Amino acid sequence: MQWEVVIGLEIHVQLATQTKIFSGTSTAYGAAPNTQASAVDLAMPGTLPVANEQAFRYATMFGLAIDADINRRSVFERKNYFYPDLPKGYQTTQLAQPIVGPGHVDIRLENGVEKRVRIHHAHLEEDAGKSLHEDYHGMTGIDLNRAGTPLIEIVTEPDMRSAEEAVAFARKLHGLVTSLGICDGDMSQGSMRFDVNVSVRPAGTDQLGTRTETKNLNSFRFMEAAIHHEVERQIDILEDGGEIVQETRLYNGDRNESRSMRTKEEANDYRYFPCPDLLPVEIDDAFIDSVRAVMPELPDTKEARFKADYGLSDYDAGLLSNNAATAEYFEATAKTGGDAKLAANWILGELSARLNAADLTIRQSPVPAERLGALVQRIADNTLSSSGAKKVFELLWNGDETAVDGIIEREGLKQVSDTGELEKLVDSVLADMGEQIAQYRAEEDPKKRKKLMGGFMGPLMKASKGQGNPKLLNEILQKKLEG
Amino acid sequence: MSLDLFSIHKFTVKWRRYVAISREEIEKVALLARIRLEDSQVGALEKDVGNILNLVDQLQSADTSSVEPLAHPLDATQRLRADEVTEHDQREAFQRIAPATEDGLYLVPRVIE
Repeated sequence: MQWEVVIGLEIHVQLATQTKIFSGTSTAYGAAPNTQASAVDLAMPGTLPVANEQAFRYATMFGLAIDADINRRSVFERKNYFYPDLPKGYQTTQLAQPIVGPGHVDIRLENGVEKRVRIHHAHLEEDAGKSLHEDYHGMTGIDLNRAGTPLIEIVTEPDMRSAEEAVAFARKLHGLVTSLGICDGDMSQGSMRFDVNVSVRPAGTDQLGTRTETKNLNSFRFMEAAIHHEVERQIDILEDGGEIVQETRLYNGDRNESRSMRTKEEANDYRYFPCPDLLPVEIDDAFIDSVRAVMPELPDTKEARFKADYGLSDYDAGLLSNNAATAEYFEATAKTGGDAKLAANWILGELSARLNAADLTIRQSPVPAERLGALVQRIADNTLSSSGAKKVFELLWNGDETAVDGIIEREGLKQVSDTGELEKLVDSVLADMGEQIAQYRAEEDPKKRKKLMGGFMGPLMKASKGQGNPKLLNEILQKKLEG
Repeated sequence: MSLDLFSIHKFTVKWRRYVAISREEIEKVALLARIRLEDSQVGALEKDVGNILNLVDQLQSADTSSVEPLAHPLDATQRLRADEVTEHDQREAFQRIAPATEDGLYLVPRVIE
């Protein structure tokens, strides 16, 4: 049987505020355990939460970016459950009146097909602390530094039909929140965590199958693998005549396996009710306008601009615009280099490959944008051949501090583009190749002629010590051969 | 006099539906709230909680179709706080009153998931 996969996502995004959502405690990452856990965060008796305005600004900005309705009035509720890393015994969250109403995110798949993923809503809530299950004399260690970190939880409609679509959406969302500057996007530190709801149904049917939820996936690769794994698991069960149990599963990326979380039935009875410690929050048009006024350029707008202003392809513009740091790097390189397409090629080609291999982000690139720009400029004006450019890049990557022009000079990489000089060179080389010239002129098949012509280029490049401009040499050669 | 009492009783019986809560429900709520109940307490709670539910049930008979749900009894809205660090590390003071700590962590009975 043909199966259709149905995927919906819930994404927890840590907001890049300085302080927690309900207290003035720092949210800086990496502090010693419990040094960023104040009386409010610890739920000491007599403390009261006060909501952070910046969290509302960031949530509003996200809402505007996905073309959603911003609810003027939002209410915090208590979601009650007991867990040691949740000091209050409830999570303060939003349910009936979330700040961000329905919106949408448009994605483009690798084959160029565009698709709209609807967002059901996004709400503000607080993160929990961390439980460390390493053995502390048979006890569990609790670090509450993360408790109270502001989150928006973004809930999609079940609009995705494959792991590829889900990952394309996740990447797009990652690009969006980092471009807005509302999240640092560092997934290895849990700044963005994905819960994946997966079900399958016979192709061509409308009714949704029973879904499972796989929680806390913190890389695109694990997310993709977890979806494939879950889809296969469900199809196997259904094809064997079994039934899918609605449950929460944990995925182990290192082993590519998942298991059911042994959660008691009662645990899902959260007994939500409006939080009496927090008044309803009302925001007005002036607040929303003030957020809109400081909103950075959205990746989609940037993509359109890159295509219009720099003549980039859909694909290149999409890749360069989805990450704010990459986009900034590209624009700086293009500005110095003067040739945007060449700048794009170098960034998406050589530089990306090197950064990936070294596991570096573009912000950590050993080659600053201005230096790559200087290199691009010398490729564009024919000072450097492609092999010469690669040599210079290699030196830049390894931290050579000489200016690009200085490196070209020092290494003798300047390409010879003086036509008079090159003509002399071609003449002297051709003088010893009478036989090949005759063979070339006798050949009528254009393909074979082209191939024979290649036979002259080697000796020519050699004679020029690799410094002859290949394009000019080729032109001159062709002219001479045609006689 | 006796007639009056009788009529009041009849009135009550007529208008009050008796809402009962079962022993199992009391036990479930206690588990969710992590409250340990002795068997002897459950019977009394069944009666007390039943009475409270009856009170609420009377309120339910009011027509609220045109009333917005109340999120907070005060007719005010939340003042928001500027995003500035105002709290500083007091771990030592907090951990002094914790039953068990190590390496800066609070220790709790092992959580089995």
